[in-house]
Amino acid sequence: MMEMFRVKGKVWLFGDDVDTDVILPGKYLVLTKPEELAKHAMEGISPSFSGKVSKGDIIVAGRNFGCGSSREHAPLALKHAGVGAVVAESFSRIFYRNAINIGLPAVISEGARGRLKEGEVVAIDLEKGELTTEAGDRIAAERFPQFLLEILRDGGLVQNMKKRYGGKK
Amino acid sequence: MGKTISEKILARAAGKKSVEPGDYVVGKIDIAMIHDLTGPLTLNVLREVGNDRPWDPEKVVIILDHQVPANSVATAALHKQLREYAVKYGLKNFHDVGRQGVCHQLLAESYVKPGMLVVGADSHTCTLGALGAFATGIGSTEMASVFLSGELWFRVPETVRFELEGKLMPGVSAKDVALKAIGTVGVDGARYCATEFTGEGIGGLSMDSRLTICNMAIEMGGKTGIVNPDAKTLEYTGVKSAPLVSDRDASYKRTVQISLAKLEPQVAMPHSVGNVKAVSEAGEVHADQVFIGSCTNGRLEDLLAAARVIKGRKVKAGTRLIVIPASNRVFMEAEKAGLVRAFVEAGASLCNPNCGPCLGGHMGILADGETCISTSNRNFVGRMGSTAAKVYLVSPETAAATAVEGKLADPRKYWMG
Repeated sequence: MMEMFRVKGKVWLFGDDVDTDVILPGKYLVLTKPEELAKHAMEGISPSFSGKVSKGDIIVAGRNFGCGSSREHAPLALKHAGVGAVVAESFSRIFYRNAINIGLPAVISEGARGRLKEGEVVAIDLEKGELTTEAGDRIAAERFPQFLLEILRDGGLVQNMKKRYGGKK
Repeated sequence: MGKTISEKILARAAGKKSVEPGDYVVGKIDIAMIHDLTGPLTLNVLREVGNDRPWDPEKVVIILDHQVPANSVATAALHKQLREYAVKYGLKNFHDVGRQGVCHQLLAESYVKPGMLVVGADSHTCTLGALGAFATGIGSTEMASVFLSGELWFRVPETVRFELEGKLMPGVSAKDVALKAIGTVGVDGARYCATEFTGEGIGGLSMDSRLTICNMAIEMGGKTGIVNPDAKTLEYTGVKSAPLVSDRDASYKRTVQISLAKLEPQVAMPHSVGNVKAVSEAGEVHADQVFIGSCTNGRLEDLLAAARVIKGRKVKAGTRLIVIPASNRVFMEAEKAGLVRAFVEAGASLCNPNCGPCLGGHMGILADGETCISTSNRNFVGRMGSTAAKVYLVSPETAAATAVEGKLADPRKYWMG
C-alpha cells in the first residue's frame, strides 16, 4: 500500500467553489456502481473530463472544493475515473471527510493552484505534505493528522471497519 | 469562559466535562438517518464489511423522499433495497411511500429533540439545529460506520454567530434572512463552523422559520445551523426542558448583525447561493417554472404565505407552478386550511410530499434554456436538470408573486392595503 503515499499525475486546473452537482450531477445519483459513476465525473463543468483523465491525474482547484451535497457519489466518481488526488486551497467539510473515507486523498495547499499549469506533471508526498513539479519546484501542503493518514493507508474506512467489525453477525 | 450550545452538546455526547474548538472528540449518536439516494451506498458498504446489523434499531431512521413514488426502475431498486433492510431488522422508523415526507421535515416532526447529536446522510441535516440539536450531514461510508458503532468522530467547530435584530416587514420571511446571511459571509464564510442564530429576531420567528434558516447553513459551508431552545422549541418538540444553551460569555469566531426590519426580499441569482441581491435590484427575469416546496420551504407557514398571494388569482400563462408540501402532515394541514383548493384553482400542480425538482431527479426537471424561480436551496449549474437552465432562489412569498406575474416579483405589494 506504500504507493498510496505518493501520487503522481497530470494537473487539471479548476476554480473556486466547485460544487458536488457539477462533480456528479443529481440525475446520476440512482447509479451506485463506481464504474458507472466514473463516466460522469465532472460532467457539469467539464463534459469531456472523464474521457480524457488518466490514472493518477491530479485535480488542482481553489477554495471550497466539493461544496454542496453530502453525496459520496462525487468523490467516488472522481476516484474511479482515475483521479489520484484532489489538491485545493480549501475543501467543504463533508466532501473532505467523504474523500478520505473512500481512499481519495484530499490535499490542502494554499499555493498549488497559483503555481501549477494545466497538464504539467506533479508528484505529491502525502506523508510529508509536499508537492514537487518535474522542474523540481516544491509547493507546501498541509500534512494529514495521523488518524486520517491511517484511513488512507488502509485504502479507506471500509477496510478499517472490516478490521473492527467484520464477520460479526 | 462560557461555552456555546454546540460545544455543550458535543461535550455531552462525548462524555466529557467540556470541549474546545479544534478538539477531536468521539460522540455517541442519538439519531442516524439515511434516504433513498445515500442509503443504498451505506448498505453496500455494510455488506462489504460483512456485518449490517444496526447498533440500535430505535435510533436508525430510513426515509424514502428524493424520488417518491419511484420514477424509474433504478429508483425502484434502491427503494426495494432499503425496504428489505428495514424488514430484516424490524426497523419501525422506516418511511415508505404513504408514510412520507422530506427527510428533514419528518425528523423535525417526530424524532429530533433539543440537545441531541444527529447525523444524516444528507447535507441539509443541519436543518434540525433549529430544534436546539447539533445536527450535521455525513457521507454514506461514515454512516455505515455509525450504523455499526453508534459513534462518530467530530472536530469541535468554532461558531459564527448571526445576531438577528428587530422584526421582518410583511411579505419578507425567513428565507430572505438565510439568503442575506449567505450573501453577507459568502459560500464558504462559515466553512467547518457551527452557525448560531441569536437575538430577539430569532426569538420572534416561528419554528417553521427557524428550520428554513438553519437549513441554509450548509450553503455557507456550515457544519450545522443552530438555535438555542426557548418556549417555542419546547412546545414544538414536546419536551419539558432543554438545559443546553449557549452561555452569555461564550466565545465566537465572528458575529454578524442582521437587521430584520430593513430587510427586503432577497434572491440568489444563478449559479451560486452566494450571488444574492434584493429582488428590487435583480432586473427582469421571466419564469418558465416556479417551485414552492423542499426541505427549505415546504412547511405549512410557507404554503400559507404563498396561498395568501395566490388565492383568487391565476398563475400567469407561460409559467408553470409546482407546489409540494414537505410531509404528509403538512399536506393534511394545508388541506384543512383550504390551501389545496387555492393552489389548484389558481392553476398550480400540487404534488405528493417528496424532494421534487430541487435536485433535478423528479417532478419538474428543467429543459435547456429554461428558468425556474424556486424556494429550494441550491442553484448550481445543472441542479434542476439541464446544465443550460437557470435557477433563482427566493422565499415562498416571492415565488408566489412570481407565479402570478410570470416574472420575478417583489411580493410586498400583496401585503399592502
